[in-house]
Amino acid sequence: MARHVIDLDESRCIGCRACEVHCQVKNRTPAGVRPGQLVAVGPERSRGEVRLAAAFRPCFHCEKPWCVAVCPVHAMVRRADGWVHVARELCVGCRACIAACPWKVPQWDETIGKVVKCDGCMDRVAAGLVPACVAGCTTHALSFAQANENVRKIRLHYARSLLVQKQRG
Amino acid sequence: MSVKTVYSVCGMCGVRCPIEVAVENGVCRSIQGNRHSPGIRGAICVRGAAGIAALQDDERPQFPMRRLGARGEGRWQRISWEEALAHAAEKLAEAKSRNGGRSILWSDAGGPFSDMRKALVRALGSPNFFGREAFGEVNTHHAALSLFGFGADRLVYDLRHARQVVLQNRNLFESIDVRQANELLDGLADGGRLTVIDIRATVSAAKADRFLLIRPGTDLALNLAVIRTLLAEKLYDAAFAGKWIADLEALERAVAGDSPEFAEAETGIAAGEIVELARALAQAAPRVVWHPGGMTARYRDSFLVSRTAYIINALLGAIGARGGLPLAAGSEDLNQKGLNRFVDLFPAAAEKRADAGGGRPAVYAQGPGLIHQAFQAIESADPYPVKTCVVYENDPLSELPDPGRIKEIFGRLDFLATITSAWTETAWHSDLLLPLSSYLERESIAGELPGLTPSLSLRRRCESPRYDTRADWEIISGLAGRLGVAPLSFGSAEEIWDRQLAGTGVRLRDFEARGIVPLTAEPWYAPLGAEFRFPTASGRIEMQNAEWRDQGLDCLKQVVVRPGLYACTFRLAVGGCSLHVEGHTVNNPILFKQMPENVLWIHPAAAASAGIADGDAVSVSGPGGTGRIRARLTESIHPEAVFMVRGFGRTLPVESRARGQGLADTALMAGGLERTDPLGGGLALQEHVLSVTKA
Repeated sequence: MARHVIDLDESRCIGCRACEVHCQVKNRTPAGVRPGQLVAVGPERSRGEVRLAAAFRPCFHCEKPWCVAVCPVHAMVRRADGWVHVARELCVGCRACIAACPWKVPQWDETIGKVVKCDGCMDRVAAGLVPACVAGCTTHALSFAQANENVRKIRLHYARSLLVQKQRG
Repeated sequence: MSVKTVYSVCGMCGVRCPIEVAVENGVCRSIQGNRHSPGIRGAICVRGAAGIAALQDDERPQFPMRRLGARGEGRWQRISWEEALAHAAEKLAEAKSRNGGRSILWSDAGGPFSDMRKALVRALGSPNFFGREAFGEVNTHHAALSLFGFGADRLVYDLRHARQVVLQNRNLFESIDVRQANELLDGLADGGRLTVIDIRATVSAAKADRFLLIRPGTDLALNLAVIRTLLAEKLYDAAFAGKWIADLEALERAVAGDSPEFAEAETGIAAGEIVELARALAQAAPRVVWHPGGMTARYRDSFLVSRTAYIINALLGAIGARGGLPLAAGSEDLNQKGLNRFVDLFPAAAEKRADAGGGRPAVYAQGPGLIHQAFQAIESADPYPVKTCVVYENDPLSELPDPGRIKEIFGRLDFLATITSAWTETAWHSDLLLPLSSYLERESIAGELPGLTPSLSLRRRCESPRYDTRADWEIISGLAGRLGVAPLSFGSAEEIWDRQLAGTGVRLRDFEARGIVPLTAEPWYAPLGAEFRFPTASGRIEMQNAEWRDQGLDCLKQVVVRPGLYACTFRLAVGGCSLHVEGHTVNNPILFKQMPENVLWIHPAAAASAGIADGDAVSVSGPGGTGRIRARLTESIHPEAVFMVRGFGRTLPVESRARGQGLADTALMAGGLERTDPLGGGLALQEHVLSVTKA
């Protein structure tokens, strides 16, 4: 796993898909190819409750990525800092990575006959910026953080709110 | 390779969020929100992100064109800008000399950068400049006028600091004002509470602590019951009311019969919930925002719904309060010299506006205008003949009801010209098409954005025009030069900005660092101090406005006119969504791919009785015609209504993607131009009944 993660705060997400489009524009992919995908269910009303569930699926940047293992031409690369990306000039378009990935993260771009996928916007990150999906997210629901940073924040926030409740009796 | 950041302003919808554009060797690469803009902090919504695709798309008007053949036939002749501007100027001059300046009607997108266009209309001697708010928000503006003496834009919604927010007729998280959406989410994260009242379970409803699914067309009963509860239980702010509210007793008498039980029978919302809501609001007062509605061209009583929303805010002392609806500040409030305005160079036309026919009340003249009534003057010549129309960046034929009827009306015009950056149904129907550069290829004049942190803003050219298109200031300058209106004829945007900024203390280079120039360092909250007066006859908030009443507009009278619904008939409800809010986004390559057609929301119980299954093609028909659309079965819609996203069902061969996809809501609204709110004057788009059957 990469040192950083792209995290979604569901309570802020409005399911607008700006993340997908910011990603497409940055990576100059055709309109039908989405390296980052927002999976949103709802808003749907059932039994009086209205729910909107959302998850953002760019790439998990696995510690042992099957897509890298299966690539016959070493176009799929895992960098030392953890970002898994396609070296586009090497890709021969065999799509073995798509077949291997349990999440079907790599996307087929028929206009260039190659695979494209989330590379964590490593060029932006190297320039001191955050990934395009995070930078443009309509409601700042996406964040870019160290792997355990957000988890720690959420854990603390939850524990504190319990303590406050207990204090108030 | 050099990448530079150009600060500009988004043009994908009417909100106009501040943006920054990454430009690489003269080509726009990506867009995000302006990182220096408070509330926005770099964010831009999905439509704004897809602005790049609109720029790259070749399916837009690329050069000036003159109509050959009949209107709408689609036979065009390419002409030069010289010919196009000369032709337009000649037609405008001819209209003025033959029928007077008042015979010219200018239908505009409105917004903060419209001063130069307004000025040209004035210079031509016409009072008939109508902005986009004249269509959707006129009831809200009129409601504010009747109470406060000023329009809706004089108040800000302080969503960041409100403890209780009620969204009614305002789907904030799908129509997406990026700043407001973030401010509300920040407020909610800080413990604020959100109530959403709607006939649909929207994204906004999903974010609500309390969602009230209301029976279509009954919002007024709910609001009246809340007012009665606030009064009967003495939950209102008596000190505020004593000082600022006129005729409280008249209001008390008017709502005496509007018990929560009465409202329950009307709305389907339990009386207990209504009382609970009123009490919760009172507890949070004055940090309460009950939104009076963005798009209120909905029902025949939408004016009163909006007005009662404002009254609830007033009873809770929220008008003028931090965390409520404080006054918007402009340069005048801050004792600063504002931008030099072009409209001030010309006297306002002495004539009344074209929407003043049919004996309509004179008080409407204070509002933004009734564009649907002005169009009718083209046919009726009441109050006077209107023979020439210019449409700037809006599309009456896809936004207003009953396009067939509007085409008939347009048939009476001597001349119809369109200035547009995207293809529109109206452009296709015009005599002359002046192609506007995309918002990323053009500058705008400077504009002032009032609010708690008022600021100056302007659009920069991020990329040279890809086609033979021009900026609006270039088009206006070209027309003004040929019409002998020298003060509106400029050679460069810098000349315009210099003129606007002269004496303000703000220099052009001040825009370079951050794109926007704030007029205050801190948010400006103006208290309703001792010397403050509302611009009404009494100087207070008027529950019964005597001037309006004397003109036949009794603001305390309840109007309840409801269409009869039978088996398999429904009210048609319409609106936007995050991807498509105005028709011009449907053919955008990225947004089209995200959502290529609209579907008909229908409640499963209603669908079952008509034998309709999810995904079925259904036939919807009303008095105006029949259409085909796919059904989406969902409990998210009230069983008495069906819903569709607006702007679909495009017909133009030049829009290869959007053409023929989905259904146009407006085509099902026969007679819709005449169906209006008797008090507010706005259109009532949701007063149309359709029958739905399996196709």
